[in-house]
Amino acid sequence: MKLLVCISQTPDTTSKISFNADGTEFNAAGVQFIMNPYDEWYALVRACELRETLGGTVVALNVGPAANETTIRKALAIGADEAVRIDCDPKGAGYVAKQIAEYARGENFDIIFFGKETIDHNGSEVGAMVAEHLDLPYVSYASKLDVNGTVASLERDIEGGVEAVEVDLPFVLSAAKGMAEQRIPNMRGIMTARTKPLKEVAPVPFEDAAKAVQFSLPPAKSGVKLVQPDQMDELVRLLHEEAKVI
Amino acid sequence: MVLVFAESPRGQFKKSAFEAVTYGKKVADALGTSCAALVLGTVQDAGEIGRYGASRVLHVSDAAFDQFDSQSVAAAIAEVAKNNGATVVVLGHTSTGKSVAGRLAVRLDAGLVSGVNSLPSSNGSALRVKKSVFSGKAIAEYEISSAVKVISLMGNAVKPEATGSAVAVETISVASSKGRIRVKSVKTQEGIVPLPEAEIVVSAGRGMKGPENWGMVEDLATTLGATTACSRPVADAHWRPHHEHVGQTGIAIRPNLYIAIGISGAIQHLAGVNNSKVIVVINKDAEAPFFKAADYGVVGDLFEVVPQLNEAFKRFKANS
Ligand SMILES: Cc1cc2nc3c(=O)[nH]c(=O)nc-3n(C[C@H](O)[C@H](O)[C@H](O)COP(=O)(O)OP(=O)(O)OC[C@H]3O[C@@H](n4cnc5c(N)ncnc54)[C@H](O)[C@@H]3O)c2cc1C
Ligand SMILES: Nc1ncnc2c1ncn2[C@@H]1O[C@H](COP(=O)(O)O)[C@@H](O)[C@H]1O
Repeated sequence: MKLLVCISQTPDTTSKISFNADGTEFNAAGVQFIMNPYDEWYALVRACELRETLGGTVVALNVGPAANETTIRKALAIGADEAVRIDCDPKGAGYVAKQIAEYARGENFDIIFFGKETIDHNGSEVGAMVAEHLDLPYVSYASKLDVNGTVASLERDIEGGVEAVEVDLPFVLSAAKGMAEQRIPNMRGIMTARTKPLKEVAPVPFEDAAKAVQFSLPPAKSGVKLVQPDQMDELVRLLHEEAKVI
Repeated sequence: MVLVFAESPRGQFKKSAFEAVTYGKKVADALGTSCAALVLGTVQDAGEIGRYGASRVLHVSDAAFDQFDSQSVAAAIAEVAKNNGATVVVLGHTSTGKSVAGRLAVRLDAGLVSGVNSLPSSNGSALRVKKSVFSGKAIAEYEISSAVKVISLMGNAVKPEATGSAVAVETISVASSKGRIRVKSVKTQEGIVPLPEAEIVVSAGRGMKGPENWGMVEDLATTLGATTACSRPVADAHWRPHHEHVGQTGIAIRPNLYIAIGISGAIQHLAGVNNSKVIVVINKDAEAPFFKAADYGVVGDLFEVVPQLNEAFKRFKANS
């Protein structure tokens, strides 16, 4: 089995988000970066589990600058066998998808794993784009994955339910909660990660037709209006007359 | 032309389809063009979607589309978009939309912005749209400069407006409807509005003490016609089913009204609910972080407050 796991680097959930003065760029000063949680907890761990039972190789791929290598090493410490970094500024979903697809084309991966979305752009775009570039089936929001020979069985989250599907390898998926349990890298993993191969690849040119041009912070909440616990009719009145939500 | 993909899983339009067509019509009006809806698969009354503002309803009735596969759906939408000269394609940011939008953008050489929550503004031939980013902590405006633009619309971002009339359905066909994914089964909870579509959500956390106390939460939800949700530790402890878990690791929702009962308001929880229009927090601890994100708050013991709130809603319903 040859498995590719696409990992992105995002600000930690608890980071304070701010932008430069004219709102055109994210202000990274003081922000702690992490591996996108869904890529780490679900996609990468399930790929490693499959490799452990079925044999093969797990490749972790990041599209990003050299500064992302700490995150990439963490993927190796969790269990990826080798890593690839496509050396560029990951400008947008279309650009990133093009880079991933160009690398994966010809590498004959059996399964290409994505997270369900990145917690910075909240796009859920890249996986579907890569699947289309490579003309492969795509199972999004997969919460369960088993492989039997050349056939994969999956469950995917749909609104208010679950859909069970089967698909022949090769294919692309995005991983959601349920696919695996988070793994904390152990000392041995961290040590061996230092010597595992990390290949650098040059990007291909691509012009993304959708660009984030302006960022802003949501208007601050005007402050909570407190209602006394024995005044529930008043709360209902406010929700009806003032907030107009009932 | 603005082409809207109107989802109809298991033969019925989704709420997101009505929202997407309502939105598509507004975009079309702003651009001085018309709006058409595309329906794929078996549907009882495809023309109904016209009432939300589509002047044409194009229906590919091929039953192969009843089994969802993002590849065949994206190919069909792209073909219809090309044949009709669509300049904007709109989908819902749903489980289906998320699987299809990226594929469609590649097929159409289009710029894509997903999870959009506002009407676009024009900048020459480019369009500008806004969406929520950083898990609700910021807003980004995107510019799409390609000839064809793909937009997926966040749930509950526009209210469906059935102001038009039903439209005569044009039955069309597409080159291929064959997918490669084999759908084995689909399980949905009957009679419950799925969380991402719910307008009112009643959610509870560890303050409930145990699963045996959830009756009052369900009663309140029943009174309000709401869907129930929970915090992550509650789902992890199996007090409630996993599909109710909202937050960074669970489902992200944006109902009109979110009532949080005995939930502290950790940042990972807020990441999934902070786009709710109005938030009501019931917590006995006046210092609970959730109050900072709330519109209305009740500092008190939930075991007393929730039944009283339910009675108050019942009185309100009886009088209105
Ligand atoms: C990486 C990561 C991802 C996470 N993802 C999620 C996620 O997706 N969703 C999520 O919810 N959490 C998530 N968490 C967990 C999150 O950090 C919090 O631990 C969790 O949300 C707390 O749940 P809670 O509010 O139900 O419980 P608690 O924090 O224990 O809060 C219980 C609240 O109930 C109140 N209370 C107690 N008794 C009463 C009473 N009788 N009447 C009224 N109020 C009462 C207390 O004052 C308290 O505020 C994540 C954490 C991490 C680290
Ligand atoms: N820069 C990147 N490098 C590698 N993979 C990425 C990158 N950005 C996004 N991805 C993958 O694409 C998924 C979806 O991202 P998005 O479409 O931005 O929500 C993520 O969960 C990752 O698996």
